[in-house]
Amino acid sequence: MKARVTVYPKPSVLDPQGQAIAQSLRGHGHDGIADVRQGKVFEISFAGGKTREEAAAEVETIAHEVLANPVIEEYRVEILD
Amino acid sequence: MKVGVVVFPGSNCDHDAWYAITANCGHQAEFIWHASQSLNNLDAIWLPGGFSYGDYLRCGAIAKFSPVLKSVRQFAQEGGLVIGVCNGFQILTESGLLPGALVRNRGLKFICRDEALVTATAESPFTATLEKGSVLHMPIAHGEGCYVADERTLDELEAEDRVVFRYANNPNGSLRDIAGILNKERNVLGMMPHPERAMDPLMGSTGGLGIVRSMAAAIEAGAILS
Repeated sequence: MKARVTVYPKPSVLDPQGQAIAQSLRGHGHDGIADVRQGKVFEISFAGGKTREEAAAEVETIAHEVLANPVIEEYRVEILD
Repeated sequence: MKVGVVVFPGSNCDHDAWYAITANCGHQAEFIWHASQSLNNLDAIWLPGGFSYGDYLRCGAIAKFSPVLKSVRQFAQEGGLVIGVCNGFQILTESGLLPGALVRNRGLKFICRDEALVTATAESPFTATLEKGSVLHMPIAHGEGCYVADERTLDELEAEDRVVFRYANNPNGSLRDIAGILNKERNVLGMMPHPERAMDPLMGSTGGLGIVRSMAAAIEAGAILS
């Protein structure tokens, strides 16, 4: 079983990297770009023996306590088969 | 005063801190390896700058799970003085000992230069020998030093007089020009600028001396239990 955790900066937190990328894209002629937020993706593989629900609960804990800093980031957990 | 300087894999200001405490200020210091949990006979803990665990995941995020941090957390809860400089500040916010977070500098550049800091409060064991409003010069050296927190936290920090230093000329976008803050109990200080690099006229500035002197005075006065 695999899980994917996507972490990205909260909308309220300035993301200067995303802004720099957005600026660069506009410079390349992509005029319609309103905003870019840069985040991180984690793929976590389980050794086996876990139900989908158990894996989801464990990854939720991992995302909240380790992979994301809730002060500045939001995250999304997906369970992949 | 005897200060424990914590050494993480990737710390690079640990020896500077040790030298500042011992040679520049005449106190005792010893290195504490990150895998150790023993903080015996120490009056204060110094979390130095650098790139603990390679700054992987986020700056300070891995260090908060290190064995030594368990002991540092307990040391702080018992009223011991803890100072975190640069990466040490990032570790303190990641571990929840201080509020807020440190994110990428607004201008995206790593900045290494002297900055002027305004002492925002003398009501702390780290600044008691300084005067409120006095300006200290010391270097900053960071890529992720922009202090952020929600409005409520920022208001609370100011209402409780917990902002210790502000940048005179904000270099990194830190909200409300914050360069250093205290915990509620005022025995934990986190700051991005490097006092250990400003300890002797040869270094270009002596702006860091007052912080170590204040800590020693507080410990000598017995105000801080360890």
